[in-house]
This record gives sequence, C-alpha cells and structure tokens, in this order.
Amino acid sequence: MKKRTVSEAFYKSLPVLAGYVVLGIGFGILMQKAGYGVLLTAAMSIFIFAGSLQYVGVSLLSGGAGIITTALTSLMVNARHLFYSISMTERYRDSGKYKPYLIFALTDETYSLLCDGKIPEGCDKNLFRFLVSLFNQCYWVTGSIIGCLLGSVLPFSTAGIEFSMTALFVASFTEQFITTRDHIPAITGLVSTLLCLLAFGSENFLIPAMVLITIVLTIVRGKEEGEK
Amino acid sequence: MREYLLVFIMAFVTIILRFLPFIVFRKKVPPYIQYLGKVLPQAIIGMLVIYCLKDVSFASSSQALPVVIAVLSVVLLQVIKRNSLVSILGGTVIYMVLVQVIF
Repeated sequence: MKKRTVSEAFYKSLPVLAGYVVLGIGFGILMQKAGYGVLLTAAMSIFIFAGSLQYVGVSLLSGGAGIITTALTSLMVNARHLFYSISMTERYRDSGKYKPYLIFALTDETYSLLCDGKIPEGCDKNLFRFLVSLFNQCYWVTGSIIGCLLGSVLPFSTAGIEFSMTALFVASFTEQFITTRDHIPAITGLVSTLLCLLAFGSENFLIPAMVLITIVLTIVRGKEEGEK
Repeated sequence: MREYLLVFIMAFVTIILRFLPFIVFRKKVPPYIQYLGKVLPQAIIGMLVIYCLKDVSFASSSQALPVVIAVLSVVLLQVIKRNSLVSILGGTVIYMVLVQVIF
C-alpha cells in the first residue's frame, strides 16, 4: 500500500513538476542576478515556499525594504492563503502527524491538485496528500537552486525571464475567469488595483487596493443578500 | 543578516496565514469569511496581474508592446490549451524573444 501511495502521489504531482522547476529556475536566476547566493535562495524556497511572494521578495531584498514593508507585503501577497486554508479545514482535520506540513505546504498549485478531495484507490489518504505536497516542494527547491547556480552559465540570454511571474498570474486569472460564472470578483480585483495604482503611485498602492477590494466585495455581498 | 531577517519575516507571516484558519475555525466558518474565501482568490489574482505590470511605461512603445503582446499570448494560449504550463512557458518565450531580438 505504501509503494502504491508513493507512485500515485508522484503521478499526481507530475503536472506541477515542470512548472515548478521552470518557475523555480526563474526565481533562482533573479536571486543570482540580484547578487544573492544559493544558501539564501534555498532558505527562501524551503521556509517560505510561496512562489509569488518569493518573486516579490527578490525586489524587497534588493530594494532595501524595511521590516514593516516586508511584513505588510507578505500579508498582502499571501492573504489568499487564508482562504485556501479555510477551504481545507475540514479535509485536513484528521491528518494526524502530517497535518503541520500539509498546512505549511499549501501553495496555489498544491491546493489546486488536492482541493477536489479525490484519493486514488488503495492509497493512505494522509500519506498521499503529504507526498504530493512534499514532491511539489522538492521540485520548487531544486529549480531555485539550479537557477541560482547556473543562471549565469545558461547558454542563452535570460533577459525577460522575469515575465514568467506575470505569465503565471495572467494564466491563473484567465483560467479562473473561464471556470467561474461570476466575474465580479475578478473585475473588482483588476479595476480596484488599477484605480489605486493611478491614485497612489507604484510604491504605495497595494494596501489601499486590498482595502478597496474588500469594501467593494462586501458591498456586492450586501446587495446580493438584499436581492434574495 | 538583514536579508535573513527579511526572509524570516516573509516565512513567519506566510506560516501564520496558512495556519490561522485551522486554529480559529476549528469548529465552524462564519458565512462572511466563507464568502470572502470564495471571491477573494479571483480578486487577488487580478490585483497581482496589475502588480506585475506596475512599472511598465505605456508611454514607451518599445517597453509596452512586448508586454502587451506577451500578455495577450498567455491569455490566448490559456483559452485554447487550458494548460497553465503551456501558457506560462509560451508567453515567457515570446516575451524573451521580443525583448531580446525585436525591440
């Protein structure tokens, strides 16, 4: 049963393998370009394990951000993890010794693999979820170390590789837009942020944008409730 | 040392965010939080898209055009293929070719 669980978990994690290695390499290259070594790069991928924050983190590190800016940016960029956790509270409730790691490793990609709750036949469900999460993190850590080590010796110019982060979000945005019927949240996010960018400038717009998004969505909910 | 302090803060905040709901909602999730849990992920991704594009100067066509073309390619690839990996790789390669070779 154990062997079967390992192979099923590996199979389940395959769609994330290439993506994490590529995005991890992209992150590693950014770190190397910003002048940071393998140790710091690996530490980020092991202890933070959140792709978007790590990408943003490179500019926090190199841009001389302070403690409060860093904490607030982490809060803003990763606030969505609250909601992944909220929707997994039921499923992870009885996962025993695996629970702390399962919660720690709940990234966008891991969430999207495990949120349907399906477990292959003949597998220990907690071990299966644990291994899928662990394999994903291995891909991520490996990719970022490769990127940091080989960034400068890759046989082609890497100018423009930073676009992979934009591409990741644009792809997720498009996918969510296709799969959900209610487009109000997505449009609220885009428009509120754009307005705040224009109003507050590119340094200070994230926090007002978060506040505005929450207010607008709360008003929308009030309206929907009123209509019912 | 400053770098490690900042990394510690990023890790700490992320861990708190991931664990908090499990600690607070051991029993029941209030409807308002359930609602936010449902709508916020999409809004946040929208916010992150704008965040990535914040430093693009739309006054300069050599800077704006590669971004616009590559973003549209990602959208198009995602609509056609429905595979995020293909869209991310495709869009990034297109962007890299545009900035390195053409613009």
